[in-house]
Amino acid sequence: MENGSLPMFWDFEFTFEVMPSLLGGLWVTVQLTLIGYLIALTLGLLIAIVRRVPILGSVVHFVMEFIRTTPLIIQVVFVFFLLPASLAIPLLGDVPITAFTVGVVVLGIHYAAYTAEVYRSGIEGVAKGQWEAARALSLPTSRTWGAIVLPQAIRKVIPALGNYLISMFKDTPLLFAIGVAELLTRAQRIGSESFRMMEAITLVGVLFLLVSIPSAIVIRRLEKRYVAV
Amino acid sequence: MSPSDTPENTTAPGGGNSGEAPAEGPLIVFDQVVKRFGDLTVLDHLDFSVAHGERVTLIGPSGSGKTTILRLLMTLEKVTEGHIWIDGEPFSHMPRGNGLVPAGETYLRMKRKRIGMVFQQFNLFPNMSVRKNIMEAPVHVLGVSKDEAAQKAEELLDLVGLGDKIDAHPTQLSGGQQQRVAIARALAMSPEILLLDEVTSALDPELVTGVLDVLREVAENTDITMLCVTHEMGFARDVSHRVLMFDQGRIAEEGHPDQIFGDPRQERTKSFLKSVLENGH
Ligand SMILES: Nc1ncnc2c1ncn2[C@@H]1O[C@H](COP(=O)(O)OP(=O)(O)OP(=O)(O)O)[C@@H](O)[C@H]1O
Ligand SMILES: [Mg+2]
Repeated sequence: MENGSLPMFWDFEFTFEVMPSLLGGLWVTVQLTLIGYLIALTLGLLIAIVRRVPILGSVVHFVMEFIRTTPLIIQVVFVFFLLPASLAIPLLGDVPITAFTVGVVVLGIHYAAYTAEVYRSGIEGVAKGQWEAARALSLPTSRTWGAIVLPQAIRKVIPALGNYLISMFKDTPLLFAIGVAELLTRAQRIGSESFRMMEAITLVGVLFLLVSIPSAIVIRRLEKRYVAV
Repeated sequence: MSPSDTPENTTAPGGGNSGEAPAEGPLIVFDQVVKRFGDLTVLDHLDFSVAHGERVTLIGPSGSGKTTILRLLMTLEKVTEGHIWIDGEPFSHMPRGNGLVPAGETYLRMKRKRIGMVFQQFNLFPNMSVRKNIMEAPVHVLGVSKDEAAQKAEELLDLVGLGDKIDAHPTQLSGGQQQRVAIARALAMSPEILLLDEVTSALDPELVTGVLDVLREVAENTDITMLCVTHEMGFARDVSHRVLMFDQGRIAEEGHPDQIFGDPRQERTKSFLKSVLENGH
């Protein structure tokens, strides 16, 4: 910067210069969101089912309650900096313990605590008569869940689950705290190196909007389609 | 069937000793069955039995325990005291050592396959087509091939007069049609015992006849043992061999339908029948 004063106008050249790096960051953000969401969807479903098991269910409920009542950023930092590697390795197997893997796993588990509640409400919304009809037909437990209860429960909660996809996407910048090379982390680095923080951060906002607005529209559509039934 | 058909003791239920063919004893035996919900005693040391192929109608005022009896047989509820026997074998209980213990899930799963139930609210699976509703249990419980189950589903739908609805979803059907599908679904398991709990009382009046006609046909053309809770007295009179009048968890009166409906002896039966008539059923 020639004079050290704040730039007063938008620098397009700079924008093009940093775009590849920011798009790379966006790609990392999208990956974090999608993989984390996949974890949240499957783990949450598992938790919702396990919660119906007498004792184990209460234990799981307590842990989920704990996860929901502490901030995500604390969980991420705690796991990344304080969880001994010896503990993380058996959990993750051969997956290298990078900031990305820790970030995506913690994000997924954190949101599983929420999706589990969503699934649970969906499962509870399935009429008692459905369970009774399944029992009257002697259907095995696996069919009762897999063919009757879950298809009806999940259908009802698709919109709610969709909203968590957007929430997760918006929460990924928290992984900045452990240095995951997502969008905000990169923008911050670029901004502080070039002293053009305004462009960098504005671009983060714009890129986020470019993804979240279309996603929101798609999810509203899903909502219309599934909620009515 | 007289009260003496009920077993004297729990070790030789249904009067069936080892030398006898099983068909000779009663199919269903309630032996001193008590059912309580908390402090509320719904069934109070109830004794009754039902013969193979017999069709019994259960009547009685609201809360007298009719639904509870069917739900005990469908294993949707557990007895508090007493025993239920099916075909001379323990049903609510299972043998353990020299005695009987409350039946476990695995035991119940094995035993209840021969029992089917049709509910007041139909309870079809809304996420499946009519065809899938009917095929589900034969394929996944009895291990019937899909082709065979699909063919059976078609036959049963023809029987209940809904052959053209095989690909419809339950939500696209009227209540009466849904109930007829539910009957077909229960029949697809070839049950020996069919439990019918006020299967027409959720229906608009003009749809009742269609469902009852289907059941009349089932009664006429099969030897399925039927336990039927209904307020449709004409239907009960036509199809049942015996009527049980319940009051406060006990049998107040029992007899041939012509006697119960034409010449009731107990005051409670008389007043109950009067109230049913007045309510327009
Ligand atoms: N799960 C339950 N918990 C508590 N009470 C129950 C339960 N199920 C039934 N009851 C009570 O048991 C009694 C008998 O109920 P049941 O449904 O067997 O009566 P019913 O003869 O079928 O009556 P209706 O003609 O109204 O259908 C009622 O007082 C009912 O409130
Ligand atoms: Mg009832």
